[in-house]
Amino acid sequence: MSQVKIRIRGVSKRFGANVVLAGADLDVEAGKSTVVIGGSGTGKSVLIKCVLGILEPDAGSIQIDGVEVVGGRTREARAKRAECGMLFQGGALFDSLRVWENVAFRLTHAEGVKRPEARERAVETLRRVGLGAEVADLLPAELSGGMQKRVGLARAIASDPQIIFFDEPTTGLDPIMADVINELIRRTTADEGVTALTITHDMQSVRAIADTVAMLHAGRIHWHGPVAAIDEPGDAHVEQFVQGHAEGPIHVDVAAE
Amino acid sequence: MNPFRLIGAGVLGFCANLGGIVAFASRAIGRGVTPPYFPRQYLRQFLDIGYYSLPVVGLTAIFTGAVLALQSYTGFQRFQAESAIPTIVVLSVVRELGPVLAGLMVAGRVGAAMAAELGTMRVTEQIDALTTLSTDPYRYLIMPRLVGGLIMLPLLVVVADLIGVMGGYLIATLKLGFGSVEYLNNTFRYLQTMDVVSGLTKAAVFGFIVALMGCYHGFYSQRGAQGVGVATTRAVVTASILILTSNYIVTELFFSG
Repeated sequence: MSQVKIRIRGVSKRFGANVVLAGADLDVEAGKSTVVIGGSGTGKSVLIKCVLGILEPDAGSIQIDGVEVVGGRTREARAKRAECGMLFQGGALFDSLRVWENVAFRLTHAEGVKRPEARERAVETLRRVGLGAEVADLLPAELSGGMQKRVGLARAIASDPQIIFFDEPTTGLDPIMADVINELIRRTTADEGVTALTITHDMQSVRAIADTVAMLHAGRIHWHGPVAAIDEPGDAHVEQFVQGHAEGPIHVDVAAE
Repeated sequence: MNPFRLIGAGVLGFCANLGGIVAFASRAIGRGVTPPYFPRQYLRQFLDIGYYSLPVVGLTAIFTGAVLALQSYTGFQRFQAESAIPTIVVLSVVRELGPVLAGLMVAGRVGAAMAAELGTMRVTEQIDALTTLSTDPYRYLIMPRLVGGLIMLPLLVVVADLIGVMGGYLIATLKLGFGSVEYLNNTFRYLQTMDVVSGLTKAAVFGFIVALMGCYHGFYSQRGAQGVGVATTRAVVTASILILTSNYIVTELFFSG
């Protein structure tokens, strides 16, 4: 029986009248790569932002290693969240800082590492994601989209986190660069035993990086199973999503869109 | 539409905004006074708000002093009161025009830049990224700006006062036929400590207002380019209105009765 790293129970979140999460439950196993799929606007980003403490859920419980982190102002909760790294969809690199300063941000600002040592560690982390020392002193605006993603990944793993969150890691990339990013994610999680929680609607990415897959629909986890079962899930919603059919139980209101 | 409903909605909106601003400022100050501190961020804000605002504030001050001397002369010579011109110039600049005009110029230059920068950081998830990197955005982004506004605007106003008085002196001695010593003697003869203290207090209040409005509107910017544009406009407009309003209140506190 695998150990549960993140336990999400009954998490609800609404913005005004718009109910985004309506009692979502999910267990993320330690050392495994879990991918949450679902259509646009179904609350995938909101779910991981609740886990990370960027958003506060209206109701429900989120535990990391058994420590409650919802409303968590305790030292323990902060310590658990400090074990997390995050790769944002657009990279979210600080554009006023150089690449190495971005990668070493947590080291210099939260862990008190001196700048010369932090720079060395940043260059080493950049190497792990396939970038040379020559990019260390560039500004994020001087990098291509794929390189920015890799710098974002380097920033997420620079402090050797226990859990890494990936928000649409391959969105906006060409297929080759998307495969490079998938491979980096796979290597980072598999080789280092890190727990990963990814949200995406790129099915190629799902097949490349997932151990288990969960589908978010109507504010709840509608289906949860191993990636091998994704093509025969026994669920019409998942089938429709995986095969990308307009017809099926998931209705897209074109007029409203 | 029912006019009572309109008035009610306006009052409720105003109260909600006011409450939001007070809560935001309290949170920023409450967290910002405890470590960790970020000296580089403070230094950057001191430079941005103080040093880089010097040209625009200096230009405003010198022409304001010059125009004041010229206008006073054309009025006062009608009843042979030209000797009061140095006093009028110095009191007007030190008590009113220096702080108010510097405040308005800094609101346009710095307040707008703060709102645009923080708004862009919000839209591109850079503020969320700070949270995931164990760095409190209030400590890292907001408090250095508030302290920068509070400290640097009084220093700018000291410079503006000197330049404004110099503007009047130049016009009076070069164009209006005043003697240099006579003008300077009359400038400082009736100037009291309270005049300077009230001007600098106003400057500190205006600096805090400019930074608070820039930070608040930027931090809560809506998505997209339009959202950042709206945040920037609101930051400048609300700061300008609050500067003029608080100017009256501070003047009343210092000089009524």
